[in-house]
Amino acid sequence: MAMIQAERLAEVFVELADTLVDEFDLIEFLQMLTSRTSDLIEARAAGLLLADNRGNLRLMAASDERSELLELFQVQSLEGPCQDCYREGAAVVNADLTKASDRWPRFAPRAVEAGYRSVHAFPLRLRQDVIGALNLFGTELGPMDPVAVRIVQALADVATIGLLQERAIHRGDVLTEQLQSALNSRIVVEQAKGALSQIHNCNTDEAFELLRNYCRRNRLRLGDVARAVTSEPDSVADLTARTQTTE
Amino acid sequence: MTSSGSADDVRALIADEPRLSGDKPAAFGGLQRLCRAATRSLPAMGVGVIVMSESGEPTTVASSGPDCEALEELQFTLGEGPCLDAYVLRRPVLTPDLGKAARTRWLGYGPAAQDQGVQAVFAFPLQVGAARLGAMDVYRTTPGALSFASLSRALSFADVAVKSLLDAHGPGEREGEGVPGLDDALESRLELYQAQGMVMVQLGVGLAEAMSRLRAYAYAQDRRVSDVAVDIVTRRLTFESDGK
Repeated sequence: MAMIQAERLAEVFVELADTLVDEFDLIEFLQMLTSRTSDLIEARAAGLLLADNRGNLRLMAASDERSELLELFQVQSLEGPCQDCYREGAAVVNADLTKASDRWPRFAPRAVEAGYRSVHAFPLRLRQDVIGALNLFGTELGPMDPVAVRIVQALADVATIGLLQERAIHRGDVLTEQLQSALNSRIVVEQAKGALSQIHNCNTDEAFELLRNYCRRNRLRLGDVARAVTSEPDSVADLTARTQTTE
Repeated sequence: MTSSGSADDVRALIADEPRLSGDKPAAFGGLQRLCRAATRSLPAMGVGVIVMSESGEPTTVASSGPDCEALEELQFTLGEGPCLDAYVLRRPVLTPDLGKAARTRWLGYGPAAQDQGVQAVFAFPLQVGAARLGAMDVYRTTPGALSFASLSRALSFADVAVKSLLDAHGPGEREGEGVPGLDDALESRLELYQAQGMVMVQLGVGLAEAMSRLRAYAYAQDRRVSDVAVDIVTRRLTFESDGK
């Protein structure tokens, strides 16, 4: 992977810091973080997974929300680099997918079929605990630059801060409260994607684009609009009316 | 992490919980046993489940006993308390030290609950994404956080409570045992929630009812809910609204 430009890196951290203001939208923040991570180190795709109370890893955000890619993240609730990273609390870097069929029999062949060659996973760390993982896919093999490894770990740490909404959480109770809320907010987005795909007779990927474009056009938060789509569809009638008027 | 505290473990605890003569029929009786099983296994002084009506009126639908029911009703009377907060905030509200909360957060409810012997209370929203049903409260007589294992188990009890409430709306009221082999990992799949949103629009019903109908269909066909969800998302299966 290419060298990371210092200027570009600084821009990304400034952008992330700017987003972490009061009342930011978690899913949107994580989506930005995964797409910037993927751009920065020239990975093909990045995703972020969070563990629920039973240790199942659940997808929170991805640099690219296409269903084929989402599947590659989802299959890691069972096995894969993110599972290993989460269980062992250490980054998995430079794994060669073509040689990983023994290690990850369900995950590796699918990833190869999707055109990926290398995979990395970085822990979302909270002191001794790991709460999830940041996952990167590349189409070429070749070791990740050690500087890039440190930068991606720093980005994973920023994601943790965003997820917990507090830099220092000293109580396990608060951690549970925040993580449960985060997991539920992703479900809200999926429900809205389903509703919109039915209303507009499109697939869920297109439904997500409709949702995201509506938010950007109207400067609204993704989580709020997603909730409105299923709970108060009339409040976002431009988006939920069957004959959508073009603006 | 240990597997104890999974939804299946919790279902087994509920199945083992004796039925009492005063229990309500079907799903609500199942919820009463859920409250008693949770009280026994967490352990706690009591556990209660409240639901919110569409107009925003809370009702206690099940509790481990009359004392616990009184603690729930107290929140409704005073218009404040952990279960109302969990519902509104859409996240767990964990209060290991009610004494402190009584001075800062719930000036009315806190002292009143302390008078009943409560020193810690843990409230969990009963929700699936944007579909909110109610909340579950766990009361303890000693202050202190829930252990990791107890917290995990409490979250699983809340999950099972959500499913019992969803299934209670359905045509063939079942008793919250769920379908064996419905494994948790599969339930975390995003397609389930996409399908829920699609069924909501297909049937012109609310989001919670959409999940009830989806689950009822899966039971009737003896299939996994997650498999039915995939059929819906790939448009191999469409729900038709009746009488429209």
